[in-house]
Amino acid sequence: MSSRIFGSGIRRREDPRLITGSATYTHDIVLPGMAHAAMLRSSHAHARITRIDTEKARVAPGVVAVYTGADIEGGLQPMPCAWLLPDSELKVAPYPCIARDVVRYTGDIVAVVVAETPYQAQDALDLIEVHYDPLPTVIDPEQAAGADAPKLHAKDINGEDIPGNQAFHWVVAGGGDVDAAFSEAAANGVVIKERILQQRLIPNAMEPRGAVAQYNRATGELTLWNTTQNPHIVRFLCSVVTGVPEDKLRVIAPEVGGGFGSKIAAYPADFITVFCSKTLGRPVKWIETRSENYQATTHGRDHVQDVELAATKDGKITGLRCTVHAGMGAYLSTAAPGIPTILHGLMLSGCYTIPALKEDVYGVYTNGVPVEAYRGAGRPEATFMLERLIDMLAGELDMDPADVRRKNFIPKFDDGHEVVTTLNYDSGDYPGALEKLLEHTGYQALREKQKAGPSNGRRLGLGLSSYVEICGLGPSQVAGAIGFQGGLWESAIVRFHPTGKVHVFIGASPHGQGEETTFAQIVAAEIGVDAGDVKIFHGDTDSTPMGWGTYGSRTTAVGGAALALAVRKIRDKAKVLAAHLLEASVEDMDYEDGKFFVKGSPDKAKTIQDIALMANVAWNMPEGMEAGLEATTFYDPPNFVFPYGAHLAVVEVDTNTGHVELTGYTALDDCGPQINPTIVEGQVHGGIVQGVGQALWEGAAYDESGQLVTGSMLDYALPRADGLPNLDVISTVTRSPHHPLGVKGIGEAGTIASTAAVYNAVMDALRPLGVKRVDMPFTPERVWRAIQEAKGS
Amino acid sequence: MKVPVRITVNGRLIEREVEPRLLLVHFLRVFAELTGTKVGCDTSQCGSCTVLIDGVSAKSCTTLAVQADGADVTTIEGLADGEKLHALQESFWNKHGLQCGFCTPGMILASHELLRTNASPSDDEIRHGLEGNICRCTGYQNIVRAVRDAAGTVAAADK
Amino acid sequence: MFAADFEYYRAGSVAEAGQLLAAHPGAKLLAGGHSLIPLLKLRLAAPAAVIDIGRIAELRGISTDGDGLRIGALATHAEIAASDAVREHAAALAEAAGQIGDPAVRNRGTIGGNVAHADPASDLPTVLAALGATVTVAGSGGERSIAVGDFFTGVMTTSLGENDLLTSIRVPSAAGRGTAYVKFSHPASRYAVIGVAVSLGIGTKGGGWISKIKGEQKETVCTEAAVAVGGLVPTPVRCGAVEAALNDQPPTAETFAAAAAAASGDIGDDLLGDVFASGEYRKAVAPVYVRRAIEAAAGRAG
Repeated sequence: MSSRIFGSGIRRREDPRLITGSATYTHDIVLPGMAHAAMLRSSHAHARITRIDTEKARVAPGVVAVYTGADIEGGLQPMPCAWLLPDSELKVAPYPCIARDVVRYTGDIVAVVVAETPYQAQDALDLIEVHYDPLPTVIDPEQAAGADAPKLHAKDINGEDIPGNQAFHWVVAGGGDVDAAFSEAAANGVVIKERILQQRLIPNAMEPRGAVAQYNRATGELTLWNTTQNPHIVRFLCSVVTGVPEDKLRVIAPEVGGGFGSKIAAYPADFITVFCSKTLGRPVKWIETRSENYQATTHGRDHVQDVELAATKDGKITGLRCTVHAGMGAYLSTAAPGIPTILHGLMLSGCYTIPALKEDVYGVYTNGVPVEAYRGAGRPEATFMLERLIDMLAGELDMDPADVRRKNFIPKFDDGHEVVTTLNYDSGDYPGALEKLLEHTGYQALREKQKAGPSNGRRLGLGLSSYVEICGLGPSQVAGAIGFQGGLWESAIVRFHPTGKVHVFIGASPHGQGEETTFAQIVAAEIGVDAGDVKIFHGDTDSTPMGWGTYGSRTTAVGGAALALAVRKIRDKAKVLAAHLLEASVEDMDYEDGKFFVKGSPDKAKTIQDIALMANVAWNMPEGMEAGLEATTFYDPPNFVFPYGAHLAVVEVDTNTGHVELTGYTALDDCGPQINPTIVEGQVHGGIVQGVGQALWEGAAYDESGQLVTGSMLDYALPRADGLPNLDVISTVTRSPHHPLGVKGIGEAGTIASTAAVYNAVMDALRPLGVKRVDMPFTPERVWRAIQEAKGS
Repeated sequence: MKVPVRITVNGRLIEREVEPRLLLVHFLRVFAELTGTKVGCDTSQCGSCTVLIDGVSAKSCTTLAVQADGADVTTIEGLADGEKLHALQESFWNKHGLQCGFCTPGMILASHELLRTNASPSDDEIRHGLEGNICRCTGYQNIVRAVRDAAGTVAAADK
Repeated sequence: MFAADFEYYRAGSVAEAGQLLAAHPGAKLLAGGHSLIPLLKLRLAAPAAVIDIGRIAELRGISTDGDGLRIGALATHAEIAASDAVREHAAALAEAAGQIGDPAVRNRGTIGGNVAHADPASDLPTVLAALGATVTVAGSGGERSIAVGDFFTGVMTTSLGENDLLTSIRVPSAAGRGTAYVKFSHPASRYAVIGVAVSLGIGTKGGGWISKIKGEQKETVCTEAAVAVGGLVPTPVRCGAVEAALNDQPPTAETFAAAAAAASGDIGDDLLGDVFASGEYRKAVAPVYVRRAIEAAAGRAG
């Protein structure tokens, strides 16, 4: 196998178990003596609990135990928030695993039942009587910040008041005087204003969440199988909450069926399951239902954005100013404070040169499900804001949206470019990406087609979206500076066995992205073994080194770098050993495709397999060299990586009914060199469709009393195969100058770009009718109403 | 109340006394000990639980085990012929038609139903044929490719 | 999600089902289960007993019968969608059955269960209303027929009595006429936000001897128009004004548009809506779907 393996779209090694039904997800784990837990969740969005009567449930058939908030007192500490945003007046509200006095969203846990079967557990839930004294509710983050809003929390964890339900107020400002830029634009240029609602989204990983806990009373050891994107973080937080020492706690992320951010957080239900196992001394399984997933697994987005763009009359941006009210839900989930701030605000200038900007972000408690990272996490909200404003500016100035972008792009750079938010982008060619996209799609011809006019009440719209994203999180020093309560490095152990086969133990924990395959490709490319000879271990905290998780498109970028560097250490050692065996000096050695040979004499060679054997038997080692062929690397990235691209959506809007049809979509993405282009393309496909979902179908809706109206897949519309066109995916390759493999990340790119592309396309179709704005998702009714209102005005 | 049921799962007869409320999917996962069939929703929407009952696709989360009494049920575990993967399994693998894999068993069996009723579907027909199966990872595009590819393989084998 | 426990009885015949219904008041009938099981799982229904009629042979089958179709209560949506007889005599019914849920749902869901469940967002009741179908019911007093117009009494309510069992549905043949079903699907549930069924003949007017004396030409016109709308109203609504505006009028775009516009009056003001689509919106755009259904039916007529 040669270095050609890097860049080869080989099929995934994960798949044989997945296509035959032999993979083991958390739900599939069965242990002897296992009991089943079910959570009783609040039916009120905000209420005082006056009494809980569990007697009938306790004596119901098969019931092993029932625990309420009073029963876990001392056994389970409150849930910690792990992103303590500095300089933001952060107020972390107490987040009990089981609500004892007050419930704050429909889904807050009030009791747990453990029974012999899941059916019996569910039966017993119906027998628990909870008496509630309802309190006023608030769901909208802007209203929740209002003076007369219901107060959700009496005090924060430090005993301080939380005025205006404000969890934090974070500001990013950079460049020149932004207010002056707006005064100037108001006098001599253009000011664009918009209110953007980034609706609440339900992540909908197809595998519902769950946990299986097995406590061994004799040893005090506990194993937790958990649907998580980051088992090591779960181990850390589980230890804090449940009191099981970290050395006796083993967390296993078995097969995990997607996450999209919803499996980053630590969750009360998982730790309650641990508590039950510990208390009862038997294994306990808890698997959420989909309804429960909607009610209690974290949601995404939920921004109310008031945004303003200042520009000259020829379309040059001079300033950006915005205020965001970000709904946090009832409690601060694990990483929540960092999402609408660091991952959003620092990316506000996007692909453009913006001389001055300022954003105020208010994180606000509401009576909704806690909000966390959701695919893109902050960056889609930033990209959407900018791309929308640019299209509005184009409309205002009667320019082509592509021309406004051209006017404002950061020029091509290949080794660093500092933007106004102080980030240092690594490399990019934003104008080049857009031009290639426009050429590939025949953009001008499409514009001509659009001009040819509507037929049958249908209107064509084109929408562009240029994006750059921050991923490969990130230097740990930066993590500390921004309040992230952990590191952001990754580690890998590479071990050669005597026959030249390789085991890799890696901290990152993929859950559908295919890194078992791409990691093996990295090893194969770096040291010339066959990818099939490399086994990847991940997801078990007992056997893998520390990892900080798979999110933020960081697993290949950071974990992959750690792995490549570990293999390079092995290569260096192997070279010394080969020189020794060939009685040559190390300086005279060359390496190519798994062979170490004396320069100019390719026949005088040792293969990596020869070296592996000798290193393991250690019969003939150089003076002072340790036996074995194994290396560990901790890779702490020197900077983030910044993938980018440009997307074009084509829609047709039926103006008679308001129906929107996505008829075409082309994506150009640049994530650096692609280790496995097939997998890259798959990530782009999935990402695009998730973003399309936000634009066209998805949105969590609550009623006045805080009940989730879109409480099941009957009401929450997900993209399906039949509502989508074939997607056209192309790419360019720009290396990251600071990354050992030059790679960036691709997991979120599609989602970050596509919502804005589709939104802009629909508004492009509607603009001639006088439609100014429509809230997402574009339900037929919303589009139709906007058309009627425009007709009326 | 328990009632006796006899269900042949992937060729193996399984007899049990079950509560009438037991869903077929739980019969398969618990009594047949075949966990390839997944539960992804409560409302018959996601299709992760799709199996074949007497060769015809059904959502096993919306079917009581008692309704399948006497039936032949095929799950994802029973689709391959020993070591030899079914053409759909091969195509899903070759065309990268899956990522996290959770929807995949249902998706493959729904595709099986599609090809049973339409041997050479167009892309549009494939998309409509899979309307009852939700995938959150792939954006469906490579699933469509996989089904198209499998249809070709099956057609070629029939020639 | 797990149903509450219930007792289970399997009926071998219609007569036995009747006896079981009488013996277990409040029992629910189970056919394909695609209306009942979701309710049981969500514990929105918790009957003490469930009577499985899914294996009663006499409830199966689709046959032509004199001047129409007899569709057994256990005929599945998939069978109806694929039936040559249904396509010949009631194409809109096949068209609607093929749009219910998804393929796996259509394989198990039955017309009897669907109709008896009387979900206003369901597809088949609308088509049956347009086609003038009758529902055959076995009850304690023997067998009787109920016109579809009298069968649906409200949201999820019908004129079926406690001990009644829907056995079959008779659909008069619409062969020679064009029939069509046009649906605005809810993107999540796949149920009908609006469903329109149309049956339409294209015939001639005039050409008799009086016309000849008067010098009038034979004229192609719409005949026997039957239009029903569902999804936005508690029960399927026959659109008399639309039908009147079609009959005897030439099958032109102008006729269709004018007729469709009359749908608003027929639909009335008892409207269903939800967070996805309000009643007001549904009513406002319903004429668009009515027109499309008329056009589709007209295209198939003659």
